[in-house]
Amino acid sequence: MKAAPFAYAKPGSLREAFALLERHGDRAKLLAGGQSLIAALNMRLATPSILVDLTAIPGIDGIQLRGDHLAIGALVRHREIERSELVAKHAPLLSQAAPHIAHVAIRNAGTIGGSLAMADPAAEWPACCVALEAHIVAASPKGERRIPATKFFKSLFTTALAPREIITAVEVPVAGANTRSAFLELVRRRGDYAIVGLAAHTQLERGALTRLRLVYLGVGDAPVSAAGAMEKLEGKRATPEAIAAAQAALEQDLSPAADLTHSAATKLHLARVLLGRALAALVT
Amino acid sequence: MNDRTRPDLLAPRAEKPGAPADARTATGYIGLSVPRAGARRLLQGRGTYTDDLKLPRLAHVVFFRSPYAHARIRKLDLTTAARQPGVIAAFDGRAIAEYCTPWVGVLAHLKGIKSPPQHAVAIERACWQGEAVAAIVAESRAQGEDALAHVEAEWEELPVVTDMEDALSNRSVIHPELGDNICFKRDFVTEGFEDAFAKADLVVEETYSFGRHTGVTLEGRAILADYNAGEHSLTVYQATQAPHMMQDIFSRHLNIPEANVRVICKDVGGSYGIKVHVYPDEMATAAISVMLRRPVKFLADRLESFLTDIHAREHKAKVRLACTKDGKIIGFDLDDLTGIGPYSVYPRTSGIEGNQVVNLTGGPYAHKNYRARLNVVFTNKNVTCQYRAVGHPIAVAITEGIVDLAAQKLGIDPAEFRRRNLIADDAYPYTFPSGLKFEQLSHHQCLDKLLALMDYQGLRAEQKRLREKKIYRGIGLAAMIEVTNPSPAFYGVGGARISAQDGATVRLEPTGMVTCLVSVTEQGQGTEGIFQQICATAVGVSIDKVRVITGDTGTTPYGGGTWASRGAGIGGEALLQAGKALRANILELAAAALSIDKNALDVSTDAVCDKATGETKMPLAEVGRIGYFRPDTLPLKFQAELTVTRHYTPREYGFTFTNGIQASYVELDTDTGFVKLLKHWVVEDCGTVINPMLVDEQIRGGVVQGIGGAMLEECLYSPEGQLLNGSLADYLVPMSGDTPDIEIAHVCTPTRQSELGAKGVGEAGTAGAPGAVMNAINDALAPLGARVNVQPFTPERILRALGKV
Repeated sequence: MKAAPFAYAKPGSLREAFALLERHGDRAKLLAGGQSLIAALNMRLATPSILVDLTAIPGIDGIQLRGDHLAIGALVRHREIERSELVAKHAPLLSQAAPHIAHVAIRNAGTIGGSLAMADPAAEWPACCVALEAHIVAASPKGERRIPATKFFKSLFTTALAPREIITAVEVPVAGANTRSAFLELVRRRGDYAIVGLAAHTQLERGALTRLRLVYLGVGDAPVSAAGAMEKLEGKRATPEAIAAAQAALEQDLSPAADLTHSAATKLHLARVLLGRALAALVT
Repeated sequence: MNDRTRPDLLAPRAEKPGAPADARTATGYIGLSVPRAGARRLLQGRGTYTDDLKLPRLAHVVFFRSPYAHARIRKLDLTTAARQPGVIAAFDGRAIAEYCTPWVGVLAHLKGIKSPPQHAVAIERACWQGEAVAAIVAESRAQGEDALAHVEAEWEELPVVTDMEDALSNRSVIHPELGDNICFKRDFVTEGFEDAFAKADLVVEETYSFGRHTGVTLEGRAILADYNAGEHSLTVYQATQAPHMMQDIFSRHLNIPEANVRVICKDVGGSYGIKVHVYPDEMATAAISVMLRRPVKFLADRLESFLTDIHAREHKAKVRLACTKDGKIIGFDLDDLTGIGPYSVYPRTSGIEGNQVVNLTGGPYAHKNYRARLNVVFTNKNVTCQYRAVGHPIAVAITEGIVDLAAQKLGIDPAEFRRRNLIADDAYPYTFPSGLKFEQLSHHQCLDKLLALMDYQGLRAEQKRLREKKIYRGIGLAAMIEVTNPSPAFYGVGGARISAQDGATVRLEPTGMVTCLVSVTEQGQGTEGIFQQICATAVGVSIDKVRVITGDTGTTPYGGGTWASRGAGIGGEALLQAGKALRANILELAAAALSIDKNALDVSTDAVCDKATGETKMPLAEVGRIGYFRPDTLPLKFQAELTVTRHYTPREYGFTFTNGIQASYVELDTDTGFVKLLKHWVVEDCGTVINPMLVDEQIRGGVVQGIGGAMLEECLYSPEGQLLNGSLADYLVPMSGDTPDIEIAHVCTPTRQSELGAKGVGEAGTAGAPGAVMNAINDALAPLGARVNVQPFTPERILRALGKV
């Protein structure tokens, strides 16, 4: 298990990074925390000719409150998010999700930008960003653009990023007084990729669920918003009847593929269970 | 040896002293939780594993492995690969076979067992995905892996047999020259069996399936072979459990005189039985060292480990139990099927695991009637062979599962049902219907101790209370017997050159230090630590005076090594006897030097002393000084013998059986099918406990491996014979955070066969845990009318049993 030969560059600015991408094109891979990429290199699932290490680029790390949103730099490690008081206050869904990401050693190294760019459909951050209606900030020689997370994840390991674009930050709307969130996932061992996971987010208005977002992970090629279930519940209280109706709607919302040990039917069943639990958590 | 001549300076930093010298009891260090020597070294990253060795002109070999489960090699062109940067040579199976003869994994006492000759590198045909078909030797591992992409191979796919029942049907025969797919078959029946079953009040039947799993050692398989043409000698550094066995095998298959083959084990990072077998890629590595006349290293990386480290435990067992209406077991009936891959593994064979299931099923119970049928069949998956607790997890789970089912049908509490049927503690020696003989077991003492330890009645009450709140908890028991300290009856009688005896050499150094060399090996389990305890006790020195050397055929006495829970019981006894003999020789010398009757002397705390008063007569350093440097001061006819060797073989019983009982307490999430393991208890009787801490941690580690099999681990194959989860991301091993607290207690019935009285314990946890967990889950499912019997118990399987999906 040795990686195929590759060159390595550590640019000191975005401009240098763009130049390297320009020169090497598809043969270059961006390296941030390396928690997925290094394993892929060692198993020769990825054989880039050059790694462009982003970790010396200034200005793309740190967590800052900027008006109505929280800006989380692409190089921010999972563990920083987990321990951030700013995040706990303004984007509690991320605080709830962070402990589910692998193990501490991995969270110490892995970055949110890397996770979003990787777009693993079983990963936590993509689903959270969709649920929060966050924006992914991407930079290229042409400038910067903000891509809604809801339009960012295209399919398996595929995003809306253009070939020479680099994620620099993610912007998350700050939570209000009525914001409620819940993050649940089912794993056979703590830290594994979820069999099924659910990022739930709502504004609770006098007991009613409004602007409800229910985004699943592990049930498709990308984070899956449960549109039917959200519609059944929007503006309603989480009564047993409403929950049951939403759970029934998941049959249309989700079409999970079987994994090694769970059939599609089981995944759908588990998604329903999580929905019930998430709603209970949102309203208590 | 490192004689610490300035203890004042070195003591604070010394690693060796585990316990203070005054920690001894009346039995010396036996029974003390002495922290093991060596642990600190390993934790500081100062271990030396085979991969840490770098020799001049070292080459690295990598293997081109079959991507198909069964295919004929139509074309194999290595010329481009051989021209890649850093590549030294490239070989196919025929080239390797010029230097390494094939082997056949059969044993004479497994009547009728058959297997085809197996080559180090496959010739003409590959029979499982991952079988090596070419070897590339390069200056570095990375260059070798680069070159693999340039091997040109064309394949003709052949029919694949992955399902055991399909194999048994002989629809497609993997090795046509053998006639069928049956490697080994055994039928056993006691007299009057049919009649006894016909008269039973109740016969219960269930079929249990077990997922194929593997050992997942922290250190992968590793070998560095160094052929020296100047002396036609081969030195092999190998992560192996059995260096003498490997010495014999390298000698015979590479045609090098055995005296010229030396096998050295550096630190070994876990074995669990994985590293006691002959692996084709390791044999090829040794052959290539001979071919190239230079040192060659091979390491199985994690992906190769999943494809080629032995697998185990793929069984489907139908079992029936007959009993009377008042709950007395009349007999057991077993039909076991196991699939072992395309070859019986050499030299221990792949027939032993199934044979153990036949031997052990029904083992703790006092019934008289037994029928067993075993079919061991070839399949196109990786080979299977002996892995920690060989056969026991199967036998215990099916026995305990069917016992619980019978108890449930009769409405008898499972603990009470066991009490009525476990062999009485005063019934020994006892011969079991399968023919095994038990010296002395303690099932009832263990049961009583377990029920008290876990507060069985309290737990039952809690379980009942919680059920009213729709919280489903389950309690599972699993009684067991376990094979330990095997005599030559295990392998030797079948013609295998596998030693059942072990030897120990103990030497007094001139400084009063004691060096012992033992043929049992250290795999990280702490063997060397208990040898220090035994040696210090036997000779009469403090533990920091003892150095232990294992794992070198060039220096240690001949012996079997580490397997079948034999190290403490067999190697430990040899060492005890050697140490006692050295003590006697020390007294002889001191008596001669001091002109005192040796019977008035003893060795205590590093000195010869007066037996009656304890007064120091002569420090051992003085004994060493006289013995080695001034023997001229001793009587003319006196010759000091300060090095002693002793050996030990258990012979009175085929195996020194141990017994124990485990319990598991689980909570079932009926919505998700998830099971939370709340607590686990073990009561074990391994005879003399040498180091309680090591014994308990061995049991805990074993329980966790057993839980892995019950809950998580399974090598999943596609119908085409492709391994679907060959990495640690997909093959789930239990982690500490998901493991329950494991409480342990002991009953101590020393074996009378040896003075030490130690039985084996390393496999006990693994043997009993899956059955206990299964019974606990089924106990939780019982009020819902559901049952599971296919391991591992995935959420999917539990939800299906509950009818939720």
